[in-house]
Amino acid sequence: MWEYSEKLKDHFFNPRNVGEIEECNAVGEVGSLACGDALKLFLKIDPDTERILDARFKTFGCGSAIASSSALTEMIKGKTIEEAIKVTNQDIAEYLGGLPQEKMHCSVMGRDAFAAAVACYRGQPAPRDEIDSRLVCECFGISDEQIRNVVKENNLSTVEQVTHYTKAGGGCGQCRENIVSIISQVRGELKKQRPDETRSRRTMTNIQKIARIQEVVEKEIRPMLQQDGGDVELIDLDGNKVLVALRGLCTSCPSAALTRTGIETKLKELVHPDLFVEEVEG
Amino acid sequence: MRTVYLDNNATTMTAPEVFEAVHPYFLERYGNPSSMHSFGGKLARDVAVAREKLAELLGATPQEIIFTSGGTESDSTAIMSALATMSDRREIVTTRVEHPAVLNLCKHLARTKGYVVRWLSVDKEGKLNMDEVRNQITDQTAVVSVMWANNETGVIFPVREIAEIAYERGALVHTDAVQAVGKIPMNLDSSSIDFLSLSGHKLHSVKGVGALYIKKGTRFSPFIIGGHQESDRRGGTENVPGIVGLGVAASLALQELNPAGLRMRRLRDRLQKGLLEAVPRARVNGNLESRLPNTLNIGFEFVEGEAILMRMDDKGICASSGSACTSGALEPSHVLRAMGVPFTAVHGSIRFSLSRYTTEEDIEYVIREVPGIIEFLRSISPFGRENFDAACTIH
Repeated sequence: MWEYSEKLKDHFFNPRNVGEIEECNAVGEVGSLACGDALKLFLKIDPDTERILDARFKTFGCGSAIASSSALTEMIKGKTIEEAIKVTNQDIAEYLGGLPQEKMHCSVMGRDAFAAAVACYRGQPAPRDEIDSRLVCECFGISDEQIRNVVKENNLSTVEQVTHYTKAGGGCGQCRENIVSIISQVRGELKKQRPDETRSRRTMTNIQKIARIQEVVEKEIRPMLQQDGGDVELIDLDGNKVLVALRGLCTSCPSAALTRTGIETKLKELVHPDLFVEEVEG
Repeated sequence: MRTVYLDNNATTMTAPEVFEAVHPYFLERYGNPSSMHSFGGKLARDVAVAREKLAELLGATPQEIIFTSGGTESDSTAIMSALATMSDRREIVTTRVEHPAVLNLCKHLARTKGYVVRWLSVDKEGKLNMDEVRNQITDQTAVVSVMWANNETGVIFPVREIAEIAYERGALVHTDAVQAVGKIPMNLDSSSIDFLSLSGHKLHSVKGVGALYIKKGTRFSPFIIGGHQESDRRGGTENVPGIVGLGVAASLALQELNPAGLRMRRLRDRLQKGLLEAVPRARVNGNLESRLPNTLNIGFEFVEGEAILMRMDDKGICASSGSACTSGALEPSHVLRAMGVPFTAVHGSIRFSLSRYTTEEDIEYVIREVPGIIEFLRSISPFGRENFDAACTIH
């Protein structure tokens, strides 16, 4: 069991500023269902003074994710963008009376959501989409830039810490060596050694891909199948392989193969041309 | 505040009868059964009685049972013994959904000792594919280790049938029956199972004691080497209070097997029906028929398990989750992932596990309290309903 502070529990059981803002002019979103936590931040910013008039959130996640979101909104409300951008993940953790090490990524998620909302407000691409950043952890969609930031801001020195703060390295673990070299670079132990370029071409992170696939499945594909008494469920994404399970009449439909091709065509068209669909028993 | 304990697959309340029976072994009967004096030596008789009672529950003979420190030690002892006595074979067959006590041991053996591990997959209901079982067990298989019932979903595996297949191929068979013993009948004397592991605290005895069944005639190589206890099969002074407690717990379990099983099943089914009716987008994880009578694993879509547990805890309800956040691991339950539970539901999976002490009032209380918790967490979640916008759309 986690040792959560009373303040954290208070923000979990009585979260402040929950909901959406009808007339918001900035939205920041991080995380995904697949990752186990996600935060959508809504801001109303005064265009003249750049003061944050209102901040609200919707969060899917554990106790500390919900509490971190609540804390973030309390901390930035009333501040100008310039003031609020100085709020670090450590500040969020401290505001809550501390977070268990393994849960520090919740506070990082709060800060990242705010950065994304500010980028949204300024009409810039979200920080995670920047072209010059390189995807390091494919399981959780974490870029080298994000890792560099947490290492710098929190003075981290081990892969384990980076995993606690960003989740990077906490899945398949293949990126751990890369994380080690990023830590060394940031800490000045290695001078400007370029990381291998082969994986630097970046199109879409896994998270963005999953979110987009989910959207297409919900909005485009399921309504189509449901008309014929069938249904489909998204099971998993493995690289570019989309695993789906057919439901209802689809399972007995002699043209199930056509259904699979149909789903694949839609996903190729609307999400990414490299995607392919495999049916699993589900 | 009332406490509703529905986490009996994690551990159980010590039965009052066990507690009573164990008492005298601390202040009065604290001797060592190996001693020459009668003060200690007479305790050997108490250990023997416990062994008889446990043997009766399993449908085995007392000579086939050794006491251990618990389920994990029994699992390690059985698998290591099988590998030691079958040294010409280098393969282990097990499932992807074993308890870490078996799963991590097999991974360790593959990594450090070069054993080949053949992992059996499960379907969406958590069941094994018997064709795959038949194909994977070969004349290269040293040991097949398949749990009797899964701790997360309660799904029961056809262990006796698998043991027959293994027997034909000359492989040894171990089953981790920690969750099954005391909940379903097992007549080991008519089976081909070589080893069976069980744990005391899962069947209303105390923590720190367990047992391993070793079929008569099965070759055995000890894991813990020391004194002559347990007929030279497990060194170390006997945990007399624990062993006595396990014996009493086994008698109680045998007496209660049928009535308690029926009662738990009825209450579990009531809980399942009540929650599924009250909460939309919830699903049972695991096969509905071939399942322990006490276990219910439900996936609530679009909410996260730790948040559910914390809010249930606030209402005095104890359960477990397969969510990543509860363990400190970042990935959710290996069991639910092996079953292909969609990620919309896997993080919000909650395991309720009953015991023979669970009451109707407990179940009604949970059915009253949990739906509101899910509804609240969904109301603050960005997922579900129409809300699937992936990124910033305002410019």
